[in-house]
Amino acid sequence: MLLYFLRRAASAISVIFATLVASYALFLLAPTDPVGTICGPKCTPDRAADISAALHLEDPALQQIGVYLKGIVAGREYEIGGTVRECDAPCLGYSFALGRPVTELIADALPVTLSIVLGGAVVYFSVGVLVGTLAARHRGTTLDRVAVGSSLTINSVPYFIVVLLVALYATNVVLPAAQYTSLLENPLAWASGLLAAWITLGLTNAASYTRYSRASMIESLGQDYVRTARSKGISERRVVYRHGVRAGLTPVVTIVGLDIAYQLTNTLFTESIFGLPGLGRLTLNAFNTYDLPVLLGSVLVGSTVLVTMNLIIDILYTFLDPRVRLA
Amino acid sequence: MDQTTQEAQTDFRGRRPRVPGEEAYLEVTDLQVRFPTADGVVQAVDGLTYSLPLGRTLAIVGESGSGKSVSSMAVMGLHDRKSTFMSGSIKIGGREIIGMSEQELNTVRGVEAAMIFQDPQSSMHPYFTVGDQIMESYRQHNKVSKKAAKTRAVEMLDRVGIPNPQRRVDQYPHEFSGGMRQRAMIAMALVNDPKLLIADEPTTALDVTVQAQILDLIADLQRDFGSAVVFITHDLGVVAEIADDILVMYAGNAVEHGPVEKILGTPLHPYAWGLLESIPAVSGTPGPLHPIPGAPPSLLAMPSGCAFHPRCEFRERVPGDMCRTLRPELIARTADTGRASRCHLKDPDRVFETEVLPRLP
Repeated sequence: MLLYFLRRAASAISVIFATLVASYALFLLAPTDPVGTICGPKCTPDRAADISAALHLEDPALQQIGVYLKGIVAGREYEIGGTVRECDAPCLGYSFALGRPVTELIADALPVTLSIVLGGAVVYFSVGVLVGTLAARHRGTTLDRVAVGSSLTINSVPYFIVVLLVALYATNVVLPAAQYTSLLENPLAWASGLLAAWITLGLTNAASYTRYSRASMIESLGQDYVRTARSKGISERRVVYRHGVRAGLTPVVTIVGLDIAYQLTNTLFTESIFGLPGLGRLTLNAFNTYDLPVLLGSVLVGSTVLVTMNLIIDILYTFLDPRVRLA
Repeated sequence: MDQTTQEAQTDFRGRRPRVPGEEAYLEVTDLQVRFPTADGVVQAVDGLTYSLPLGRTLAIVGESGSGKSVSSMAVMGLHDRKSTFMSGSIKIGGREIIGMSEQELNTVRGVEAAMIFQDPQSSMHPYFTVGDQIMESYRQHNKVSKKAAKTRAVEMLDRVGIPNPQRRVDQYPHEFSGGMRQRAMIAMALVNDPKLLIADEPTTALDVTVQAQILDLIADLQRDFGSAVVFITHDLGVVAEIADDILVMYAGNAVEHGPVEKILGTPLHPYAWGLLESIPAVSGTPGPLHPIPGAPPSLLAMPSGCAFHPRCEFRERVPGDMCRTLRPELIARTADTGRASRCHLKDPDRVFETEVLPRLP
């Protein structure tokens, strides 16, 4: 069991490392004049030279990656315009456009994204599973048809349109205006400022979850072991919620994990339209200003999140399904 | 003379001879089970009637789709009420099952009547330990602590012959072999000492040696608990091994019913003859199999008259096209009133002895 975890962890780390090398090569080693790009339109030869020196762009490729890696582990210093800027470990680079270390920028943005995605996940998982299970239990009834019908309708509208509509019509009217306050600072303001984003992300995804859990529950309720449970004389409620749900929701939990990972790296629309300063917006702004170090940093953080979530799901699964447990 | 040989036989096999007028524990009367589908109404069981006293084993045999399982699921109240029409009467220990509320049904299922299913692999929940699943059934019907229930589960696993029950009780079904899993399933069914046990092809998914062990176990447990057992199978070898009575089903109804040695010795229904003929010979020169010609009728459109007439080679013997027009009753056809069959033939015992018996492998 432990060996399995270690093996999985080792493969996860190697995937992250491969991503790091590949994205570094794509952004900074490709013959695309990274210095000019980073330096921006008001570039002076001095500033260009500073950037080139700070990034060690004159060094051989391997050495550059070595410096970058060392920065992640031990931190590094950037010398720009004669002043030295500290970039503490884990240093993911320095944004010359914003004048701040990338790690700091991401550290500011990550809690926002995490709050949006995890809060949204709570909404879509609970609503989706609840409605899906009810629809499966009352298959073929009006309730079922309404659930599946509205689920399909919601899913047919492109996500950014839903976000736009909520931002235009619902916030400030029925929902509090979207804004980010730190949870530690003021939990109430945190919740009310994110409510619009949670509901939007939550309800649109709940539509898919309704269908997943409905299909999964219908399958599980049709299994022989559910019939066995009924033959024991236990209540229908216990048959459905203990025997049916236990088997029916295990695959859904896996999808939730993958969705959370995907959304953590794809909250672009939600954040831009609601004006929440999360990872998605940070990345989008970096795109607009050709801020290569920020882009590189967010790609790395994104891939780490994805790989870690996958690892967590695999480990979680061995707890959920005894058949997957390894000796 | 006939009576004494029969008694000698039953004694030899360790079975209790039937006591006339014995009170039935399970009583099925004119049971109808219908499933409405998009293509029409499926008539799965059509007027089935039988009864079974405590301490006896009834084997229900027949092809797939003959209504064996459907009728037994009805006895357990396991059909989805919304998609099943049922009529007639099913009485377990005098209590009417049909029309009983789900809540009341749960005071019968698992306590008075329990069921062993065909495939222990799919019939046990993969996410709960074997002990958990046995305990759930026990605690549902007995107000006992978890610890007491666990002791009971270990005891049951031991009783059904699972070695190391202390350790096995905490294992999951996938850690059991097929035979062990079926034993665990039996332990689960018997945990509340049910008076009626329904075994739906419990040995089909098992290999032959394990099959024999499981049959022995069920026979053994029945002797100890004195319960009534309904044994669904299509294996006539199994029937000869375990049953006191046989009910042969065809197209949702009984075509022959009576003591096992009589039905297997001199069956009186052409369908039962066909079943015997289709058993491959193990000795002698290998020859082709002799299946019953044709296929079971569609349950959506039953044949008129006798449901078996389209496949029956003897239908011309009955005058006046009766087989096609008139449904025969399930009644005694010979001087022996302890058995009944559903066939218009005037002298089925003679036809069997002179024409069918010589053909049997």
